[in-house]
Amino acid sequence: MELLRILLRSNRFMAGFWIVTAVLAFALLGPTLLTDVGPFQRVGGLFNPPSRDALLGTDNFGRDVFTQLMYGTRTSLYIGLVAGFVATFIGVTIGTLAGYASGVIEEALMGVTNVLITIPPIVVLILLSVAVDARTATTMGIIIGVTAWPWTARAVRAQTSSLRTREHVAIARISGVGSLEMMLVEILPYMFSYIFMAFILQLTGGILAEATLSMLGLGPFQTVSLGTLLHWSLLWESVRVGAWWAFIPATVFLSITTFSLILMNAGMDEIFNPTLRHTR
Amino acid sequence: MPNVVEVEGLEAYYRTPAGDDIKAVDGVSLAVREGEVLGIAGESGCGKTTLAQVLGLTVQKPLYVRSGKVLLEGRNALALDRETMRREVRGKTISTVPQGAMNSLNPTLRVRNLVIDVMRDHNPRIRRREAVERARERLDLLGLPPRVLEAYPHQLSGGMKQRVITVVSTLLDPVLLIVDEPTSALDVTSQKVAIKLLVDLLAKRIIRSIVFITHELPLLRHVADRIAIMYAGRLVEVGAMEDIVFRPQHPYAEGLVGSVLVPEPGMKERTVTGIPGRPPDMRRPPAGCRFAPRCPKRFDLCDRDPRPFGIDGREVWCWLHRDQPNAERP
Amino acid sequence: MSDGPILAVEGLTRVFGSGRHANLAVDRVDLAIRPGEVVALIGESGSGKTTVARMLLGLLPPTEGTVRYRGVDLDTLRRREGMRSYWRNVQAVFQDPFGSLNAFYSVRRCMLNAFKLFPRRPPRAERIARVREALDIVGLDVDDMLTKHPHQLSGGQRQRVMIARALVVQPGVLIADEPTSMIDASSRAAILNILLDLRTRLGLTVMFITHDIGMAYYTSDRLFIMHLGRIVEEGPADDIIRDPQHEYTKRLLADVPTLSREWIL
Repeated sequence: MELLRILLRSNRFMAGFWIVTAVLAFALLGPTLLTDVGPFQRVGGLFNPPSRDALLGTDNFGRDVFTQLMYGTRTSLYIGLVAGFVATFIGVTIGTLAGYASGVIEEALMGVTNVLITIPPIVVLILLSVAVDARTATTMGIIIGVTAWPWTARAVRAQTSSLRTREHVAIARISGVGSLEMMLVEILPYMFSYIFMAFILQLTGGILAEATLSMLGLGPFQTVSLGTLLHWSLLWESVRVGAWWAFIPATVFLSITTFSLILMNAGMDEIFNPTLRHTR
Repeated sequence: MPNVVEVEGLEAYYRTPAGDDIKAVDGVSLAVREGEVLGIAGESGCGKTTLAQVLGLTVQKPLYVRSGKVLLEGRNALALDRETMRREVRGKTISTVPQGAMNSLNPTLRVRNLVIDVMRDHNPRIRRREAVERARERLDLLGLPPRVLEAYPHQLSGGMKQRVITVVSTLLDPVLLIVDEPTSALDVTSQKVAIKLLVDLLAKRIIRSIVFITHELPLLRHVADRIAIMYAGRLVEVGAMEDIVFRPQHPYAEGLVGSVLVPEPGMKERTVTGIPGRPPDMRRPPAGCRFAPRCPKRFDLCDRDPRPFGIDGREVWCWLHRDQPNAERP
Repeated sequence: MSDGPILAVEGLTRVFGSGRHANLAVDRVDLAIRPGEVVALIGESGSGKTTVARMLLGLLPPTEGTVRYRGVDLDTLRRREGMRSYWRNVQAVFQDPFGSLNAFYSVRRCMLNAFKLFPRRPPRAERIARVREALDIVGLDVDDMLTKHPHQLSGGQRQRVMIARALVVQPGVLIADEPTSMIDASSRAAILNILLDLRTRLGLTVMFITHDIGMAYYTSDRLFIMHLGRIVEEGPADDIIRDPQHEYTKRLLADVPTLSREWIL
């Protein structure tokens, strides 16, 4: 509670938090409040400039960019969340096991992790995306998450091995606490803030990975995301014809969302690692 | 004996991130006399380290001085601008070896670079060789091997690190050296050597006075001339070492002396009781005598702030001694 | 059986690392503690005393040598009944009262945890009763304490909770590894007196692991002086303090400042 109070006084965290909230509100409430057309509904011709009918103009299919932006942000955030959950879950599980087990199990788990880290994730992403047929937003999130966990695993392993030597863990052992309970009750809770921060980073990475894949044409079918918006605008040469409304809004939203998430993360880092706190 | 520095009505508080004030030092007036070792003792959280920071002019946020003065040759050092303080006062007139200093040395710098940094801070024109030469002479004078100048911190033992920091901190011959728990991380043998160095610095008149902050009364018994006991941000008793250690008058000082456990015959037969209870929350310290809630001798006067009463040259902030004259404050 | 040592180690050795970086932390240590005794293993940092403590508690396997509880080898005990039965008899209190309580637990939950050591847990009413009794023994206000969380307690209170936690299973031996080194002098005596009182009231055997000779002398019947992994001197506390034999012990005692003896710098 004390930490929460301090967090609420951190300018960085609060700035990030309010921007993220605004983006979320735009994506979730926008479609009902701010527009009355659907994401795939044609409202004009090819690359109509912004006007009273279409605030941010139309895209290559004549669809309203402003509306697409809401649905696109929604999908991107969703994919980011799925990727963040998957990566954090796998990373924390493997990291905690490796850090707590030590010995052969630790070496095996970290060996796998380290090998995966050396493979450029974009390669794995592209291969997986091509291999998986049903490309919904959820599968995409899962694919991104499955390739992103090794960094979390490494960080969590380091945390776990240092927590393992704490006195309360020794006390728990001589109180007869078993290994599983030890990890879940004596070690994990001490990493909550850390894991939450790792999750935010994975979420940010997930949003960016989606944009990258979609721009390459490997995005989700039957739906709009910030990445697919950019994909189509590039394919129809919006840059060359000067249709800035087709790609600038998506780029700005991508940047704002990731920037504010990272800002929140920096704010939390400051609180949870007191050595970074501003002294003046 | 003239005073080298005087603290007047000092209130130094910490501002917590949640916006409360922790009244770490709350109305302290104290003088350090020339040529003496003044020990400051008390439980953790009593304000002794905060007092050292203000006295050493190393106040940093979240700590701030709400009111009071630190008088150096008649002028208030707290009112000096940053630059004057850094160039003329800190290190030259007053130098501090903070708590845990030996563990905060930059591991990538040799000791000689530390020496150069410290000397340059006060005299930007001094040549590197000159600075190192001065350090070499000083180490030699104090019987430390000059080769430590070429060492990295991790190559030195804890005791040696502590001594090297002490020497570097006194290179500019400060009038007053403040040491905060200089030996609490050391083994007893290294502790003894580190303390011998402090006594040497005083004997060779490189420094004129020492303020020695510690929670260990047995140490002060052997190095201090006078002792000030602090409790909950205030002084409770100040007097000559023998008076405080062997004849404490304030119930808190008595309790503190009574809690000492040392390996000497007779110790085993005694039942040491300590002091029941715990120090107050310094965001909201109790009114009146702050020790009263834990005091075995409290009575109805204790809900009023005690005045300092004088008993043969010592000051005791306790109503039990109200028949004594008011102490003459420095 | 009651004459034999309750806890003993023979030729206890521990090497950390291997090859050129091998570090002999504990070197053929022998010691034996009789039931109801209070002893102290004294050593400076790096002497190996904490490593001995960890091996005594079965938290670290020795490289060589044996730990015996009531004459039974710890390995045999582990195979026959598991470590839980050992920990029902040998409990510990550690140095850092801030680090040894799970910050997310209430005092009640932390203390009830110890019943995991029993193959068949006593009924809840009895468990709670034993927790309350243990808190009472260490002089804490039981009703006030049960629902508290660690951050609401002072260092001294936490350490009392830790002692109470160890007492819940009614052990025969308590290993106290620097139990007061992070506690103010004013609360230290109270903690030590509680431990000494336990010997009188419950016949508890206590082993202090400490660097503080003053504390060891005040509390213990016998002292073991450890230096560079070996025990260099052992004997009744009074004998060692009055007339140390080993050079190291002599130096150690000369270097500790006391109130009455001159301290030659």
